[in-house]
Amino acid sequence: MNGAGIIKGMIETARNFAGSYHDSKRLTTVQYPEEKLAPVENARTIPFLVYDGGDAMPGLRCTACMICEKECPPQCIYIVKDQVKKPDFVGKMQMQPKVFDIDISVCMSCGICVEVCPFDAIKMDQVFELSTNDRFGGLLLNKTQLAKPNEYFNKLHKTEASEIDARRIEEKQKAEAAAAAKAAAPKPPAAPGGAK
Amino acid sequence: MSASTTTVELAERAPENQLLEVSLGPQHPSTHGVFRMDVALDGETVVKLKPVFGYLHRNHEKIAEKCSYLGSMPYTDRLDYICSLTNNWAYALTVEKLAGLVAPERAEYIRVILSELTRLINHSALAGFLLQDMGALGTPLMYAFREREKILDLFESLTGARMMCNYMRFGGCRCDLPPGWIEQARSLVAEFPKFLDEFEALLTGNEILLARTEGVGVLPAKLAVNAGVTGPMLRASGVNYDIRKVDAYGVYGRFKFRVPLGERGDVFDRYMLRILEMRESLKILDQAMRDLPGGPIMDPKAKLRNLRPKPGEAYGRIEGPKGELGFYLISDGGPNPYRYRVRPPSLINLTILEDMCLGQTIADAVVILGSVDIVLGEVDR
Amino acid sequence: MSGLDQIFVGIGHGLAGWAPASVRPLVAAVLEIAGIMAVFGSCFALTTIVERKVLGRMQNRYGPNRVGPCGLLQPLADGIKMLTKEDIVPFSADKTVHFLAPLALTVPVWLAFAVLPFGRNMSAIELNSGILFFFAIGSASELAVFMAGWSSQNKYSLVGAMRAIAQMISYEVPLVLSTVPVLMLAGSLSLNDIVAAQGTYTFGGLARWNVFTPWGLAGLLLFLIAATAESNRSPFDLPEGESEIIAGFLTEYSGFKYALFFLGEYLGLFALTGLAVTLFLGGWHAPFQWLEWAPSWLWFGIKFGALIFLFIWVRATLPRLRLDQLLNFSWRFLTPLSLINLLVAAAWYWTGAWKSAAAPPVRWLLCAALIALPYHWLGQALRGASPPPRKYNYAE
Repeated sequence: MNGAGIIKGMIETARNFAGSYHDSKRLTTVQYPEEKLAPVENARTIPFLVYDGGDAMPGLRCTACMICEKECPPQCIYIVKDQVKKPDFVGKMQMQPKVFDIDISVCMSCGICVEVCPFDAIKMDQVFELSTNDRFGGLLLNKTQLAKPNEYFNKLHKTEASEIDARRIEEKQKAEAAAAAKAAAPKPPAAPGGAK
Repeated sequence: MSASTTTVELAERAPENQLLEVSLGPQHPSTHGVFRMDVALDGETVVKLKPVFGYLHRNHEKIAEKCSYLGSMPYTDRLDYICSLTNNWAYALTVEKLAGLVAPERAEYIRVILSELTRLINHSALAGFLLQDMGALGTPLMYAFREREKILDLFESLTGARMMCNYMRFGGCRCDLPPGWIEQARSLVAEFPKFLDEFEALLTGNEILLARTEGVGVLPAKLAVNAGVTGPMLRASGVNYDIRKVDAYGVYGRFKFRVPLGERGDVFDRYMLRILEMRESLKILDQAMRDLPGGPIMDPKAKLRNLRPKPGEAYGRIEGPKGELGFYLISDGGPNPYRYRVRPPSLINLTILEDMCLGQTIADAVVILGSVDIVLGEVDR
Repeated sequence: MSGLDQIFVGIGHGLAGWAPASVRPLVAAVLEIAGIMAVFGSCFALTTIVERKVLGRMQNRYGPNRVGPCGLLQPLADGIKMLTKEDIVPFSADKTVHFLAPLALTVPVWLAFAVLPFGRNMSAIELNSGILFFFAIGSASELAVFMAGWSSQNKYSLVGAMRAIAQMISYEVPLVLSTVPVLMLAGSLSLNDIVAAQGTYTFGGLARWNVFTPWGLAGLLLFLIAATAESNRSPFDLPEGESEIIAGFLTEYSGFKYALFFLGEYLGLFALTGLAVTLFLGGWHAPFQWLEWAPSWLWFGIKFGALIFLFIWVRATLPRLRLDQLLNFSWRFLTPLSLINLLVAAAWYWTGAWKSAAAPPVRWLLCAALIALPYHWLGQALRGASPPPRKYNYAE
């Protein structure tokens, strides 16, 4: 019959209209900002630097190895190494960054910096309400603005963070055991004939 | 050849100075991005049509010569920004050919699953946009996007981003499937046919849609093959060429699926073909998710940083949702490619636009452009 | 019951009674005009928001719901926006005609409301040839479209205006022809008489509305399709919704004049809907006799609202027709069908004399067949020699 296709189409539209009143699948709007979608564990927007403990600057895991700056495709990371070294979580002296800037207006959210970091120091954040009135400096985040605690990292990416924490605890225990074994080892015999 | 005689015939209907020249400018109400068509009209009929693009040129190929191989991967997401995962796969395939890496089985199965999901989102977006161009005020578009959102949620929970996924790596995939992902994907694939049935009920028998798309923009098979058209446009003209069957790259050789072929090559055939392809993709997804093996997801020989393939060249291609997406890489042994070239299916399908639009009215030209399925990110790179 | 029914009439008479007797008719007329403008002006505002919300719900989303409760103050926001926009007139435009075009659209349409009976004793003017007046005035508003296109001195506007005129003239014919059976069977051109003719009840208390007859049903459908085209609404919104050549005849209008064009367009839709309710749906009569206690203007309003919902529903679903398909549809399908509808109405009238008990279903079948077969054949002819249904081959 002529017009049957049109009638079928109208029935379909009417079904969606009626369904939108009682079926949430037919009314899929999430009215932001009153309602927000649940955060997804793997989601990524901009990077942030992880620090352990309570103090941001001494606890920063970053050792200024410059790998993330080199691998970043749009080259939005700018690092300047510091002359002063600081100990890391096993006590070894490591370098630290004096300046660590990320221009988040350039950042592509690709996550390559996170993949290549050998120290689990930079991870992907999930914040997206980043707009600012300051056109020039507002989107250039520095070391202090980028540093967030390990607890925050655990909240965002639970699985990954717990694995990393477990691994770091293990490494720390191994390092302590090695240091204890070294301290308890018998001293080498004194050189004959006194010091040279 | 036949195209130029048609141009001469039609131009004989009115002298040059009586043709109305319209520029369907870079900003126009029917979307598809920044694309311009310079059209010469005799009354309502299109006599000449020149596509003008390049408004979205972003130097992708030159940037790749400066970035490392890994660094180019996020840029390939942004080529055909609707189907980022298939772009990733084509690039990863080419680099794997160049560097001699082999992805493990689990990674190949995951790649197939993601690629077919990408085909689903592309074709549903196309169906929605085509109807939008015809004036259906967004209703089919909203329905198509409602389903697309579910697939994009799947992508977000796996790769971290909805559109710019950056997931394939040379030798495998970036990370493994999180727990519960396969179940979610399975339930989505189980519900998708219902959406396709609803969509077809809304549109496919619709007399107005039929009147506007039947016989419009016919592309003969010989012309399509001569012009290098690939993908659903070629198959709608009746030519059986699907790279998934021809090359059987990845593990596509293990799946049973059919390739739908059109008869007449008009806009309705192209629209219908994409709906049928979506149904075939669902079959592939079922099989892939059923047979997904365990195991590693990266080639143990693969390096993340500092990949320096031996000097040589490689051309890798896949059956993207829009056509044959190919990457041609020349390596000179350094960390960056010496030459990086993308074969964009949208651009090559677009070159035949004038021949399809000659003799049609200007209203049809918009619909024909919609059926070619271009994404300006790919056309302009 | 009759108090509530005649409440507006009563208020009008009461207020007019305050005026001195010499100017009483003038005051009564002014009150009627003010009433119609108030009601249909607010109806216009309400329709814009209801349309957006209903379209939204059909598209699985909310409509506007930020301004005011449930978004009901959205028309106010839209109005403020329209009024505060700069009024740009092109330098080379014909200024007088450019200025007059929106007025030429709106004023005749307001006039058309004068003859519609909104309830018992509630039509502003009781003309003997009400429907003739209605169609004459409605056609006058089509000139405004061409005035707008011509005065803009813009070749795209002109092309758009010419298409719009072609469309509106083509659809005038089925519009008027589909109402002729009603006039024939009611025997009068006066709208009040037509409503009165539908005021009797048959078995089960069902009203004898014109839509419950085969020719009435066909007539209503033809009328509604032609009304959609006359108001430039989807699927016939080629003049205004062109995704090809800009905005057609409305290109060079901004601000208040643009708002006036939209007001005129929606008011035209309301006028045609009101006419459809009057001619085919029994005007202000209730559908069943036992529902007669409700006020008559309420019934008019309910039917009116249902038809407006139908227009919105059609807009949400269907894509647009191309111009040549649109004109073909009118001349080769709607016009012959509306002519055949006259024959069906005549057949209905003559078979009305049959006295046997089996007469009603036989009459119905006969008249329905008389309209359904041409519908089928004309449809086939319109779609052309339909190609064989498409088969899609599959390669393995």
